Amino acid sequence: MSDSAPKTLFEKIWDAHVVHDEPGRQTILYIDRHLVHEVTSPQAFEGLRLAGRKVRRPELTTATCDHNVPTTDRSLPIVDPISKQQIDTLRENCREFDVRLYDLDDPEQGIVHIIGPELGLTQPGMTIVCGDSHTSTHGAFGALAFGIGTSEVEHVLATQTLLQFRPKTLELRVDGQLGPGVTAKDLILYLIGQLTTAGGTGYCLEYTGEVVRRLSMEERMTVCNMSIEAGARAGMIAPDATTFDYLRGRQFAPQDFEAAVAHWETLPSDPGATYDKTMTFDGADIAPQVTWGTNPGQVVAVTDRVPDPASLGAGDSAKAAARALEYMGLQAGMPIEDLGIDRVFIGSCTNARIEDLRAAAKVVQGHQVAGDVHAMVVPGSGQVKQQAEAEGLDRVFTAAGFEWREAGCSMCLAMNPDKLSEGQRCASTSNRNFEGRQGKGGRTHLVSPAMAAAAAVTGHFTDIRTWKF
Amino acid sequence: MQPFTTHTGLVATLDRSDVDTDQIISKEHLKRIERTGYGKFLFSDWRYQADGSENLDFELNRPEFQGASVLVTRSNFGCGSSREHAPWALDDYGFRSIIAPSFADIFYNNCFNNGMLPIRLPEDRVDELFARVAKHPGYRLNIDLTNCTVTDEHGFSATFEVDPFRRKCLLEGLDQIGLTLEHEDRIAAFESARGL
Repeated sequence: MSDSAPKTLFEKIWDAHVVHDEPGRQTILYIDRHLVHEVTSPQAFEGLRLAGRKVRRPELTTATCDHNVPTTDRSLPIVDPISKQQIDTLRENCREFDVRLYDLDDPEQGIVHIIGPELGLTQPGMTIVCGDSHTSTHGAFGALAFGIGTSEVEHVLATQTLLQFRPKTLELRVDGQLGPGVTAKDLILYLIGQLTTAGGTGYCLEYTGEVVRRLSMEERMTVCNMSIEAGARAGMIAPDATTFDYLRGRQFAPQDFEAAVAHWETLPSDPGATYDKTMTFDGADIAPQVTWGTNPGQVVAVTDRVPDPASLGAGDSAKAAARALEYMGLQAGMPIEDLGIDRVFIGSCTNARIEDLRAAAKVVQGHQVAGDVHAMVVPGSGQVKQQAEAEGLDRVFTAAGFEWREAGCSMCLAMNPDKLSEGQRCASTSNRNFEGRQGKGGRTHLVSPAMAAAAAVTGHFTDIRTWKF
Repeated sequence: MQPFTTHTGLVATLDRSDVDTDQIISKEHLKRIERTGYGKFLFSDWRYQADGSENLDFELNRPEFQGASVLVTRSNFGCGSSREHAPWALDDYGFRSIIAPSFADIFYNNCFNNGMLPIRLPEDRVDELFARVAKHPGYRLNIDLTNCTVTDEHGFSATFEVDPFRRKCLLEGLDQIGLTLEHEDRIAAFESARGL
């Protein structure tokens, strides 16, 4: 293909980062930004030490602790000695290899996929990796961002490059508009339901269309965040004025911002550029979504009923659905709105940004958490927490009976003490409803922040479109 | 990295699709800073009862599967998180190869980086393997990465595709970082051209 041939956003970024290509080999791809956290990095740093290698570009590497940190009072010591050791190990590694760490006492500490954009580390046209599958979040800025394993973390630390096969491209175009009460979370859950959990395997997704163009930066992050739940390592959205406005003035935004914008404006897919595959959807078809099963593709509209596995054909998906219903304690035909809940979790790299907390607080305002429901809000970062407190959102939540916590991944993956007990049913704004994800035997239903807030108040799933604000 | 050339071993089956990495290795066990010792935690939520005893209903706990080194399973194996603890746990438990109709991308890649061979076979061939395991107690498979074949002693034979570079790295147990650093001058030139 000549240089003048129309290219997609993905192709432009990929081509600009090829260090070396030779037939029969994986491409050596340059990495602009490497984000590191405590859980998937210790073995990588240890590998460097054993081989006598250094971090090639420490200044392109940024670390935080998020997965395994307590969200309670930070002035107290970490109780779990193994968790403490993992966090201490990250501290020592960052010191030894000269990597900037946003430690627990740093006002800018937070979930890696929330602080990257907040700090302006995430920029259009970049290649960004992290040892975490939700690195796809950063694609919201028109970056090529994907999760990697620990061996690859070590590879990037040592070489600032990765060996990669070029993925195929899949355009997901969503035309029209979303209805009132329908959020970015509902949009991405709906798309995963249409694609299934493996539909995006081998592809880099690009979200396009009128619905996507209208999304705020934070909404775009929610969408790209869950690309991996459809099997796609990366998902991206072309940068535009929304992107540039978000980045302007951020701590690590380019110094010559206008020059950067001039470059970023060249990144969107050219007219006539082709994708390996395109699927189109209509925003008007999307209702608020609730997952019923044990993967994010097992999802229906809040007004629907729990599906009958027999209606899903005779193959693996019917068997998986039957198993999921058993695990979830559900019967086919139950109306989703009749399902009572025990817990509510508002947080995670999917939905713990300030707009998410505002949307939830708006629903909660003037109400109380229902009966025995235990509800918590875990802001995505120190900055989000501070902003929410400045706006009085924390008081809205605590007055209603929610717990208000420190920043971290918390009950999205329940590595820290925040977890479900056996059999508890949870309305969660996170990204995975896998068996045991939020605690062994726990039953997770993925929803938007507004839907989680409404469920907290009523004690069962509730169509947010009927809410009296 | 441990090389993989040929392997003959006992086969265990896991009849579930979309097995995610949270199931393969639960988050409680991601707090460790070591790379080894995860085998006892493999599939822990399924393998053990609340009191720590073995769940005898779980397939891998069947007596005839003890000592298995080849896992035959369903589509989209290894979906979800990027945690490399998943292949570490499978490896430490004793699995050298996993056969399924499809794998999640990050997991598939992580296997190669740990000297394990994930093999994609068409769904009907995987169905056939499930049937053969059920029929022949102590069922074993021969896996040959040089010729890209999977065979048994009863006439089963399948060929599989694998990227030639990945195959070479696995056959020779090559250190990928070392290979990339052979191109250090190109990386430096790239950085200098871009003012990085």
